[in-house]
Amino acid sequence: MALVARDIQLDEHKRLKHLLTLEGLKAHHLNEILDLAETFFDPATGELKKVPLLRGKTIMNVFFEPSTRTRTTFEIAEKRLSADVVNLNIATSATKKGESLLDTLWNLEAMGADMFVIRHADSGAAHFFARHVAPHVHVLNAGDGRHAHPSQALLDMFTIRKHKGDIYDLKVAIVGDILHSRVARSQIQALSILSAREIRVVGPDTLMPTCPEALGVHVYHDMDAGLEDVDVIIMLRLQNERMSGARLPSEKEFFKLYGLTEQRLARAKADAIVMHPGPINRGVEIDTAVADGPRSVILDQVTNGIAVRMAIMAVIFSNAAQRQQEETAS
Amino acid sequence: MNLDLNLDQLIQQLAQQLKDDPIMTHAPKMVGIRTGGEWIAQRLHSALNLSEPLGVLDISFYRDDFSRIGLHPTVRPSHIPWTVENAHIILVDDVLYTGRTIRAALNELFDFGRPQQVLLTTLLERPGCRELPICAHYVGARLECHQKIKLSGPDPLQLNIIEDNREIA
Repeated sequence: MALVARDIQLDEHKRLKHLLTLEGLKAHHLNEILDLAETFFDPATGELKKVPLLRGKTIMNVFFEPSTRTRTTFEIAEKRLSADVVNLNIATSATKKGESLLDTLWNLEAMGADMFVIRHADSGAAHFFARHVAPHVHVLNAGDGRHAHPSQALLDMFTIRKHKGDIYDLKVAIVGDILHSRVARSQIQALSILSAREIRVVGPDTLMPTCPEALGVHVYHDMDAGLEDVDVIIMLRLQNERMSGARLPSEKEFFKLYGLTEQRLARAKADAIVMHPGPINRGVEIDTAVADGPRSVILDQVTNGIAVRMAIMAVIFSNAAQRQQEETAS
Repeated sequence: MNLDLNLDQLIQQLAQQLKDDPIMTHAPKMVGIRTGGEWIAQRLHSALNLSEPLGVLDISFYRDDFSRIGLHPTVRPSHIPWTVENAHIILVDDVLYTGRTIRAALNELFDFGRPQQVLLTTLLERPGCRELPICAHYVGARLECHQKIKLSGPDPLQLNIIEDNREIA
Protein backbone atom coordinates (compact mmCIF):
# COMPACT_ATOMS: atom_id res chain seq x y z
CA MET A 1 0.00 0.00 0.00
CA ALA A 2 1.28 3.45 -0.84
CA LEU A 3 2.33 5.47 2.17
CA VAL A 4 1.33 8.74 0.57
CA ALA A 5 -2.02 9.05 -1.14
CA ARG A 6 -1.71 9.74 -4.85
CA ASP A 7 -2.42 13.31 -5.88
CA ILE A 8 -5.86 12.96 -7.41
CA GLN A 9 -5.29 15.74 -9.93
CA LEU A 10 -2.47 13.79 -11.61
CA ASP A 11 -2.65 10.49 -13.49
CA GLU A 12 -0.20 7.60 -13.05
CA HIS A 13 2.27 9.34 -15.40
CA LYS A 14 1.97 12.58 -13.36
CA ARG A 15 0.05 14.32 -16.12
CA LEU A 16 -2.68 16.77 -15.22
CA LYS A 17 -6.11 15.14 -15.05
CA HIS A 18 -7.96 17.74 -13.00
CA LEU A 19 -6.79 21.19 -11.95
CA LEU A 20 -7.69 21.65 -8.30
CA THR A 21 -4.68 23.44 -6.86
CA LEU A 22 -1.14 24.34 -7.91
CA GLU A 23 0.22 22.61 -4.83
CA GLY A 24 2.26 19.57 -5.85
CA LEU A 25 2.68 20.64 -9.47
CA LYS A 26 6.09 21.08 -11.08
CA ALA A 27 7.40 23.93 -13.23
CA HIS A 28 6.90 21.85 -16.39
CA HIS A 29 3.17 21.49 -15.66
CA LEU A 30 2.82 25.26 -15.41
CA ASN A 31 5.08 26.06 -18.34
CA GLU A 32 3.24 23.64 -20.61
CA ILE A 33 0.02 25.57 -19.97
CA LEU A 34 1.65 29.01 -20.24
CA ASP A 35 3.43 28.11 -23.51
CA LEU A 36 0.29 26.65 -25.05
CA ALA A 37 -1.73 29.74 -24.05
CA GLU A 38 0.57 31.86 -26.23
CA THR A 39 -0.26 29.80 -29.32
CA PHE A 40 -3.95 30.71 -29.14
CA PHE A 41 -3.19 34.34 -29.97
CA ASP A 42 -3.16 35.05 -33.70
CA PRO A 43 0.24 36.72 -34.22
CA ALA A 44 -1.11 38.80 -37.11
CA THR A 45 -4.03 40.35 -35.19
CA GLY A 46 -3.37 39.61 -31.49
CA GLU A 47 -6.87 38.14 -31.27
CA LEU A 48 -7.85 34.82 -29.77
CA LYS A 49 -8.88 32.54 -32.60
CA LYS A 50 -11.64 29.97 -32.37
CA VAL A 51 -10.32 26.45 -32.92
CA PRO A 52 -12.21 23.16 -33.26
CA LEU A 53 -10.19 21.34 -30.59
CA LEU A 54 -12.95 20.39 -28.12
CA ARG A 55 -15.81 19.92 -30.57
CA GLY A 56 -18.24 17.39 -29.14
CA LYS A 57 -17.11 17.89 -25.55
CA THR A 58 -19.59 19.22 -23.01
CA ILE A 59 -18.28 21.54 -20.31
CA MET A 60 -20.48 22.57 -17.41
CA ASN A 61 -19.68 25.71 -15.44
CA VAL A 62 -21.13 24.98 -12.03
CA PHE A 63 -21.04 28.10 -9.90
CA PHE A 64 -22.25 27.93 -6.31
CA GLU A 65 -20.87 31.42 -5.73
CA PRO A 66 -21.34 34.53 -7.83
CA SER A 67 -18.67 35.44 -10.38
CA THR A 68 -18.50 37.70 -13.40
CA ARG A 69 -14.93 37.63 -14.70
CA THR A 70 -14.04 34.03 -14.00
CA ARG A 71 -17.32 32.53 -15.23
CA THR A 72 -17.44 34.69 -18.34
CA THR A 73 -13.81 34.12 -19.32
CA PHE A 74 -14.22 30.39 -18.77
CA GLU A 75 -17.31 30.45 -20.98
CA ILE A 76 -15.52 32.39 -23.73
CA ALA A 77 -12.50 30.05 -23.48
CA GLU A 78 -14.77 27.01 -23.82
CA LYS A 79 -16.52 28.52 -26.82
CA ARG A 80 -13.21 29.45 -28.46
CA LEU A 81 -12.30 25.76 -28.18
CA SER A 82 -15.66 24.83 -29.78
CA ALA A 83 -16.95 22.93 -26.74
CA ASP A 84 -20.64 22.82 -25.84
CA VAL A 85 -21.13 25.01 -22.79
CA VAL A 86 -23.72 24.77 -20.03
CA ASN A 87 -23.85 27.38 -17.26
CA LEU A 88 -25.41 26.44 -13.95
CA ASN A 89 -26.03 28.87 -11.17
CA ILE A 90 -26.65 26.36 -8.41
CA ALA A 91 -27.24 28.98 -5.73
CA THR A 92 -30.66 29.52 -7.25
CA SER A 93 -31.32 25.96 -8.28
CA ALA A 94 -31.67 22.34 -7.16
CA THR A 95 -29.77 22.51 -3.89
CA LYS A 96 -32.39 24.98 -2.75
CA LYS A 97 -34.88 22.14 -3.17
CA GLY A 98 -32.81 19.94 -0.88
CA GLU A 99 -30.85 17.88 -3.42
CA SER A 100 -27.43 16.89 -2.11
CA LEU A 101 -24.24 18.02 -3.85
CA LEU A 102 -23.45 14.51 -5.00
CA ASP A 103 -26.91 13.96 -6.45
CA THR A 104 -26.58 17.21 -8.36
CA LEU A 105 -23.17 16.09 -9.63
CA TRP A 106 -24.34 12.66 -10.75
CA ASN A 107 -27.33 14.12 -12.53
CA LEU A 108 -25.12 16.54 -14.44
CA GLU A 109 -22.79 13.68 -15.27
CA ALA A 110 -25.75 11.69 -16.61
CA MET A 111 -26.46 14.63 -18.93
CA GLY A 112 -23.10 13.97 -20.58
CA ALA A 113 -20.64 16.36 -18.93
CA ASP A 114 -16.99 15.81 -19.88
CA MET A 115 -15.68 18.56 -17.62
CA PHE A 116 -16.92 20.53 -14.62
CA VAL A 117 -15.65 24.01 -13.87
CA ILE A 118 -16.56 24.54 -10.25
CA ARG A 119 -16.71 27.50 -7.92
CA HIS A 120 -17.84 27.00 -4.35
CA ALA A 121 -17.65 28.93 -1.08
CA ASP A 122 -16.28 25.90 0.79
CA SER A 123 -12.58 25.05 0.66
CA GLY A 124 -12.11 21.57 -0.74
CA ALA A 125 -15.30 21.52 -2.82
CA ALA A 126 -13.45 20.90 -6.09
CA HIS A 127 -11.49 18.02 -4.53
CA PHE A 128 -14.76 16.56 -3.32
CA PHE A 129 -16.17 16.66 -6.85
CA ALA A 130 -12.98 15.22 -8.35
CA ARG A 131 -13.11 12.25 -5.98
CA HIS A 132 -16.61 11.35 -7.10
CA VAL A 133 -16.73 11.97 -10.85
CA ALA A 134 -16.54 9.16 -13.43
CA PRO A 135 -13.00 8.37 -14.67
CA HIS A 136 -13.43 10.22 -17.98
CA VAL A 137 -14.76 13.41 -16.37
CA HIS A 138 -12.44 16.29 -15.44
CA VAL A 139 -12.77 18.94 -12.75
CA LEU A 140 -11.36 22.46 -12.84
CA ASN A 141 -11.35 24.50 -9.68
CA ALA A 142 -12.57 28.03 -10.39
CA GLY A 143 -12.15 29.02 -6.74
CA ASP A 144 -13.02 27.15 -3.54
CA GLY A 145 -13.42 29.09 -0.31
CA ARG A 146 -10.10 30.40 0.94
CA HIS A 147 -8.21 27.48 -0.54
CA ALA A 148 -7.21 27.90 -4.18
CA HIS A 149 -7.88 29.62 -7.49
CA PRO A 150 -5.32 28.00 -9.77
CA SER A 151 -6.51 29.36 -13.13
CA GLN A 152 -6.30 32.93 -11.77
CA ALA A 153 -2.74 32.36 -10.56
CA LEU A 154 -1.77 30.86 -13.93
CA LEU A 155 -3.17 33.81 -15.87
CA ASP A 156 -1.26 36.09 -13.51
CA MET A 157 1.97 34.20 -14.23
CA PHE A 158 1.22 34.46 -17.95
CA THR A 159 0.71 38.22 -17.62
CA ILE A 160 3.92 38.66 -15.60
CA ARG A 161 5.89 36.59 -18.10
CA LYS A 162 4.50 38.58 -21.00
CA HIS A 163 5.36 41.98 -19.50
CA LYS A 164 8.47 41.20 -17.46
CA GLY A 165 10.03 38.07 -18.95
CA ASP A 166 11.34 35.17 -16.89
CA ILE A 167 9.80 34.94 -13.43
CA TYR A 168 12.92 33.67 -11.64
CA ASP A 169 14.50 37.11 -11.93
CA LEU A 170 11.62 39.03 -10.36
CA LYS A 171 10.59 40.48 -7.02
CA VAL A 172 6.85 40.33 -6.53
CA ALA A 173 4.76 41.98 -3.81
CA ILE A 174 1.24 40.74 -3.03
CA VAL A 175 -0.64 43.41 -1.10
CA GLY A 176 -3.77 43.47 1.02
CA ASP A 177 -6.11 40.83 2.36
CA ILE A 178 -3.83 37.77 2.27
CA LEU A 179 -5.83 35.91 4.94
CA HIS A 180 -9.07 35.49 2.99
CA SER A 181 -7.51 35.27 -0.46
CA ARG A 182 -7.46 31.98 -2.36
CA VAL A 183 -5.92 34.01 -5.19
CA ALA A 184 -2.94 34.97 -3.00
CA ARG A 185 -2.40 31.37 -1.91
CA SER A 186 -2.36 30.11 -5.48
CA GLN A 187 -0.17 33.00 -6.63
CA ILE A 188 2.39 32.29 -3.90
CA GLN A 189 2.47 28.64 -4.94
CA ALA A 190 2.85 29.53 -8.63
CA LEU A 191 5.63 32.03 -7.94
CA SER A 192 7.45 29.48 -5.75
CA ILE A 193 7.13 26.72 -8.36
CA LEU A 194 8.51 29.09 -11.01
CA SER A 195 11.30 30.14 -8.60
CA ALA A 196 10.58 33.86 -8.34
CA ARG A 197 13.55 35.67 -6.80
CA GLU A 198 11.53 37.15 -3.96
CA ILE A 199 7.90 36.91 -2.91
CA ARG A 200 6.60 39.49 -0.47
CA VAL A 201 3.23 39.74 1.22
CA VAL A 202 2.21 43.16 2.46
CA GLY A 203 -0.73 43.92 4.75
CA PRO A 204 -1.93 44.39 8.31
CA ASP A 205 -1.45 41.63 10.84
CA THR A 206 -5.22 41.10 11.06
CA LEU A 207 -5.34 40.15 7.36
CA MET A 208 -2.35 37.78 7.43
CA PRO A 209 -2.58 34.01 7.91
CA THR A 210 -1.18 32.69 11.20
CA CYS A 211 2.30 31.92 9.95
CA PRO A 212 2.79 33.44 6.49
CA GLU A 213 6.57 32.78 6.57
CA ALA A 214 5.77 29.08 6.25
CA LEU A 215 4.66 29.81 2.68
CA GLY A 216 8.20 30.93 1.83
CA VAL A 217 7.37 34.62 1.66
CA HIS A 218 8.75 37.78 3.26
CA VAL A 219 6.19 39.59 5.40
CA TYR A 220 5.87 43.38 5.45
CA HIS A 221 3.42 45.38 7.51
CA ASP A 222 4.74 48.66 6.12
CA MET A 223 3.54 49.29 2.57
CA ASP A 224 6.38 51.61 1.54
CA ALA A 225 9.04 49.15 2.66
CA GLY A 226 7.18 46.26 1.02
CA LEU A 227 7.05 47.93 -2.37
CA GLU A 228 10.70 49.03 -2.38
CA ASP A 229 12.41 47.86 -5.59
CA VAL A 230 9.76 45.30 -6.68
CA ASP A 231 9.06 44.42 -10.33
CA VAL A 232 5.45 43.38 -9.88
CA ILE A 233 2.73 44.63 -7.50
CA ILE A 234 -0.34 42.45 -7.11
CA MET A 235 -3.17 44.21 -5.27
CA LEU A 236 -5.89 42.07 -3.69
CA ARG A 237 -9.51 42.91 -3.08
CA LEU A 238 -10.73 43.38 0.48
CA GLN A 239 -13.01 40.39 0.86
CA ASN A 240 -15.75 41.74 3.08
CA GLU A 241 -17.98 38.74 2.33
CA ARG A 242 -15.45 36.35 3.86
CA MET A 243 -14.70 38.40 6.98
CA SER A 244 -16.40 37.38 10.18
CA GLY A 245 -16.38 40.42 12.44
CA ALA A 246 -14.45 43.60 11.84
CA ARG A 247 -10.80 43.04 11.07
CA LEU A 248 -10.32 46.61 9.97
CA PRO A 249 -11.12 49.95 11.61
CA SER A 250 -12.44 51.33 8.30
CA GLU A 251 -11.92 51.15 4.53
CA LYS A 252 -10.70 54.72 4.65
CA GLU A 253 -7.96 53.83 7.08
CA PHE A 254 -7.04 50.77 5.03
CA PHE A 255 -6.60 52.96 1.96
CA LYS A 256 -4.45 55.34 3.94
CA LEU A 257 -2.14 52.55 5.06
CA TYR A 258 -2.27 50.04 2.20
CA GLY A 259 -3.97 51.71 -0.75
CA LEU A 260 -1.84 51.83 -3.90
CA THR A 261 -1.35 55.45 -4.92
CA GLU A 262 1.03 56.93 -7.49
CA GLN A 263 3.20 58.12 -4.64
CA ARG A 264 3.54 54.59 -3.25
CA LEU A 265 3.99 53.11 -6.72
CA ALA A 266 7.12 55.29 -7.05
CA ARG A 267 8.77 53.04 -4.43
CA ALA A 268 8.75 50.12 -6.84
CA LYS A 269 11.02 49.81 -9.86
CA ALA A 270 10.43 52.41 -12.55
CA ASP A 271 9.05 49.75 -14.93
CA ALA A 272 7.06 47.81 -12.33
CA ILE A 273 3.61 46.60 -13.37
CA VAL A 274 0.41 46.75 -11.30
CA MET A 275 -1.98 43.80 -11.25
CA HIS A 276 -5.32 43.06 -9.60
CA PRO A 277 -7.49 39.95 -10.00
CA GLY A 278 -10.66 42.08 -9.91
CA PRO A 279 -13.18 43.23 -9.06
CA ILE A 280 -11.34 46.35 -7.95
CA ASN A 281 -12.55 48.60 -5.14
CA ARG A 282 -11.44 52.04 -6.24
CA GLY A 283 -10.34 54.15 -3.30
CA VAL A 284 -10.17 51.11 -0.99
CA GLU A 285 -7.15 49.10 -2.11
CA ILE A 286 -6.22 51.01 -5.25
CA ASP A 287 -6.38 54.63 -6.38
CA THR A 288 -8.21 55.31 -9.64
CA ALA A 289 -5.17 57.06 -11.11
CA VAL A 290 -3.11 53.88 -10.64
CA ALA A 291 -5.84 51.45 -11.71
CA ASP A 292 -6.30 53.32 -14.99
CA GLY A 293 -2.65 54.39 -15.30
CA PRO A 294 0.05 53.29 -17.75
CA ARG A 295 1.59 50.73 -15.38
CA SER A 296 -1.70 48.90 -14.80
CA VAL A 297 -2.10 45.60 -16.69
CA ILE A 298 -5.41 44.80 -14.97
CA LEU A 299 -7.46 44.57 -18.17
CA ASP A 300 -4.72 42.64 -19.96
CA GLN A 301 -5.03 40.05 -17.17
CA VAL A 302 -8.66 39.56 -18.15
CA THR A 303 -7.84 38.91 -21.82
CA ASN A 304 -4.98 36.62 -20.87
CA GLY A 305 -7.39 34.73 -18.64
CA ILE A 306 -9.24 33.48 -21.71
CA ALA A 307 -6.08 32.14 -23.40
CA VAL A 308 -4.78 30.53 -20.21
CA ARG A 309 -8.12 28.85 -19.49
CA MET A 310 -8.19 27.55 -23.08
CA ALA A 311 -4.72 26.11 -22.50
CA ILE A 312 -5.65 24.44 -19.20
CA MET A 313 -8.60 22.68 -20.81
CA ALA A 314 -6.66 21.74 -23.95
CA VAL A 315 -3.86 20.21 -21.88
CA ILE A 316 -6.25 18.21 -19.71
CA PHE A 317 -8.18 16.79 -22.69
CA SER A 318 -4.91 16.14 -24.56
CA ASN A 319 -3.57 14.18 -21.59
CA ALA A 320 -6.82 12.22 -21.45
CA ALA A 321 -6.47 11.30 -25.13
CA GLN A 322 -2.92 10.12 -24.59
CA ARG A 323 -3.99 8.08 -21.58
CA GLN A 324 -6.75 6.45 -23.61
CA GLN A 325 -4.35 5.63 -26.42
CA GLU A 326 -1.93 3.99 -23.98
CA GLU A 327 -4.73 1.94 -22.48
CA THR A 328 -5.84 0.74 -25.94
CA ALA A 329 -2.26 -0.09 -26.88
CA SER A 330 -1.53 -2.11 -23.74
CA MET B 1 19.00 6.03 -45.56
CA ASN B 2 18.90 8.83 -48.13
CA LEU B 3 16.42 8.66 -50.96
CA ASP B 4 17.87 9.03 -54.41
CA LEU B 5 16.03 12.27 -55.17
CA ASN B 6 17.52 15.63 -56.03
CA LEU B 7 15.64 18.08 -53.83
CA ASP B 8 16.87 21.23 -55.56
CA GLN B 9 15.83 19.81 -58.90
CA LEU B 10 12.37 18.86 -57.62
CA ILE B 11 11.83 22.33 -56.17
CA GLN B 12 13.02 23.95 -59.40
CA GLN B 13 10.60 21.81 -61.35
CA LEU B 14 7.68 22.74 -59.05
CA ALA B 15 8.59 26.42 -59.28
CA GLN B 16 8.56 26.21 -63.06
CA GLN B 17 5.14 24.50 -63.10
CA LEU B 18 3.75 27.19 -60.81
CA LYS B 19 5.23 29.96 -62.97
CA ASP B 20 3.33 28.52 -65.94
CA ASP B 21 0.07 28.23 -64.01
CA PRO B 22 -2.65 30.87 -64.57
CA ILE B 23 -2.71 31.53 -60.79
CA MET B 24 0.40 33.68 -61.32
CA THR B 25 -1.75 36.33 -63.02
CA HIS B 26 -3.75 36.76 -59.76
CA ALA B 27 -0.95 37.94 -57.43
CA PRO B 28 -0.97 34.64 -55.50
CA LYS B 29 -0.07 34.31 -51.82
CA MET B 30 1.72 31.28 -50.42
CA VAL B 31 1.16 29.22 -47.28
CA GLY B 32 3.40 26.41 -45.99
CA ILE B 33 2.24 23.75 -43.56
CA ARG B 34 4.55 23.49 -40.56
CA THR B 35 7.16 22.05 -40.47
CA GLY B 36 8.25 20.35 -43.71
CA GLY B 37 5.80 22.23 -45.88
CA GLU B 38 7.08 25.52 -44.50
CA TRP B 39 10.64 24.68 -45.57
CA ILE B 40 9.58 23.74 -49.10
CA ALA B 41 7.38 26.84 -49.26
CA GLN B 42 10.33 29.07 -48.27
CA ARG B 43 12.26 27.77 -51.30
CA LEU B 44 9.32 28.08 -53.67
CA HIS B 45 8.43 31.52 -52.33
CA SER B 46 11.85 32.92 -53.13
CA ALA B 47 12.03 31.07 -56.47
CA LEU B 48 8.73 32.67 -57.53
CA ASN B 49 9.70 36.03 -56.02
CA LEU B 50 6.23 36.57 -54.52
CA SER B 51 5.59 40.03 -53.12
CA GLU B 52 3.40 39.05 -50.13
CA PRO B 53 5.25 37.40 -47.20
CA LEU B 54 4.95 33.66 -46.70
CA GLY B 55 2.16 32.44 -44.42
CA VAL B 56 2.57 29.45 -42.08
CA LEU B 57 -0.14 27.08 -40.91
CA ASP B 58 0.20 24.94 -37.79
CA ILE B 59 -2.69 22.53 -38.09
CA SER B 60 -2.31 21.00 -34.59
CA PHE B 61 -5.64 22.45 -33.39
CA TYR B 62 -7.42 21.20 -36.52
CA ARG B 63 -6.26 17.58 -36.60
CA ASP B 64 -9.01 14.98 -36.56
CA ASP B 65 -7.13 12.71 -34.15
CA PHE B 66 -6.92 15.08 -31.14
CA SER B 67 -9.34 12.97 -29.11
CA ARG B 68 -7.29 9.85 -29.95
CA ILE B 69 -3.69 10.99 -29.52
CA GLY B 70 -3.81 14.47 -27.94
CA LEU B 71 -1.92 17.60 -28.88
CA HIS B 72 1.31 17.76 -30.81
CA PRO B 73 3.89 18.80 -28.19
CA THR B 74 5.47 21.56 -30.28
CA VAL B 75 2.39 23.47 -31.41
CA ARG B 76 3.03 27.09 -32.38
CA PRO B 77 0.62 29.70 -33.69
CA SER B 78 -0.29 29.86 -37.35
CA HIS B 79 0.74 33.12 -38.95
CA ILE B 80 -1.09 34.44 -41.99
CA PRO B 81 0.18 38.00 -42.46
CA TRP B 82 -2.40 38.97 -45.13
CA THR B 83 -6.13 38.71 -45.78
CA VAL B 84 -7.37 35.30 -46.87
CA GLU B 85 -10.66 36.73 -48.14
CA ASN B 86 -10.72 36.50 -51.97
CA ALA B 87 -7.02 35.56 -52.11
CA HIS B 88 -5.49 33.14 -54.62
CA ILE B 89 -3.45 30.83 -52.42
CA ILE B 90 -0.71 28.32 -53.16
CA LEU B 91 -0.80 25.77 -50.35
CA VAL B 92 2.48 23.87 -49.88
CA ASP B 93 3.24 20.67 -47.99
CA ASP B 94 6.09 18.19 -48.04
CA VAL B 95 4.23 14.87 -48.49
CA LEU B 96 0.67 14.17 -49.60
CA TYR B 97 -0.36 10.90 -47.99
CA THR B 98 -3.80 10.23 -46.46
CA GLY B 99 -5.03 13.76 -47.25
CA ARG B 100 -5.97 14.43 -43.62
CA THR B 101 -3.35 17.14 -43.13
CA ILE B 102 -4.65 19.00 -46.18
CA ARG B 103 -8.25 18.66 -44.92
CA ALA B 104 -7.16 20.23 -41.62
CA ALA B 105 -5.21 22.97 -43.42
CA LEU B 106 -8.20 23.85 -45.61
CA ASN B 107 -10.47 24.05 -42.58
CA GLU B 108 -8.05 26.35 -40.83
CA LEU B 109 -7.61 28.54 -43.92
CA PHE B 110 -11.36 28.96 -44.16
CA ASP B 111 -11.45 30.12 -40.53
CA PHE B 112 -9.36 33.08 -41.70
CA GLY B 113 -11.67 33.90 -44.61
CA ARG B 114 -13.00 32.70 -47.97
CA PRO B 115 -10.17 32.33 -50.46
CA GLN B 116 -10.97 32.69 -54.15
CA GLN B 117 -8.76 29.75 -55.06
CA VAL B 118 -6.50 27.26 -53.29
CA LEU B 119 -3.91 25.40 -55.33
CA LEU B 120 -2.11 22.49 -53.66
CA THR B 121 1.47 21.59 -54.40
CA THR B 122 3.53 18.99 -52.52
CA LEU B 123 7.12 17.92 -52.87
CA LEU B 124 6.22 14.23 -52.71
CA GLU B 125 3.16 12.06 -52.91
CA ARG B 126 2.45 8.57 -51.66
CA PRO B 127 -0.43 7.53 -53.88
CA GLY B 128 -2.66 4.58 -53.11
CA CYS B 129 -3.09 5.40 -49.44
CA ARG B 130 -5.42 8.36 -49.78
CA GLU B 131 -8.27 8.35 -47.28
CA LEU B 132 -9.99 11.54 -48.42
CA PRO B 133 -10.86 12.89 -51.89
CA ILE B 134 -7.90 15.27 -52.08
CA CYS B 135 -5.24 15.54 -54.79
CA ALA B 136 -2.45 17.99 -55.54
CA HIS B 137 -2.12 20.16 -58.62
CA TYR B 138 1.64 19.80 -58.78
CA VAL B 139 3.76 17.05 -57.23
CA GLY B 140 7.57 16.83 -57.32
CA ALA B 141 7.87 13.03 -57.23
CA ARG B 142 5.77 9.96 -56.46
CA LEU B 143 6.81 7.32 -53.96
CA GLU B 144 5.38 3.91 -53.11
CA CYS B 145 2.71 3.82 -50.45
CA HIS B 146 4.93 1.86 -48.05
CA GLN B 147 7.83 4.32 -48.37
CA LYS B 148 7.57 6.46 -45.27
CA ILE B 149 9.84 9.45 -45.44
CA LYS B 150 10.88 12.28 -43.20
CA LEU B 151 12.12 15.64 -44.29
CA SER B 152 14.76 17.26 -42.10
CA GLY B 153 15.84 20.84 -42.45
CA PRO B 154 15.67 23.65 -43.14
CA ASP B 155 19.41 23.71 -43.80
CA PRO B 156 20.43 21.33 -45.20
CA LEU B 157 17.11 20.07 -46.50
CA GLN B 158 17.24 16.27 -46.52
CA LEU B 159 14.93 13.35 -47.20
CA ASN B 160 15.20 10.15 -45.20
CA ILE B 161 13.30 6.89 -45.31
CA ILE B 162 11.69 6.14 -41.95
CA GLU B 163 12.39 2.64 -40.73
CA ASP B 164 9.95 2.50 -37.81
CA ASN B 165 6.18 2.19 -38.07
CA ARG B 166 5.18 5.54 -36.63
CA GLU B 167 2.85 7.55 -38.78
CA ILE B 168 4.34 10.83 -39.87
CA ALA B 169 1.97 12.05 -42.53
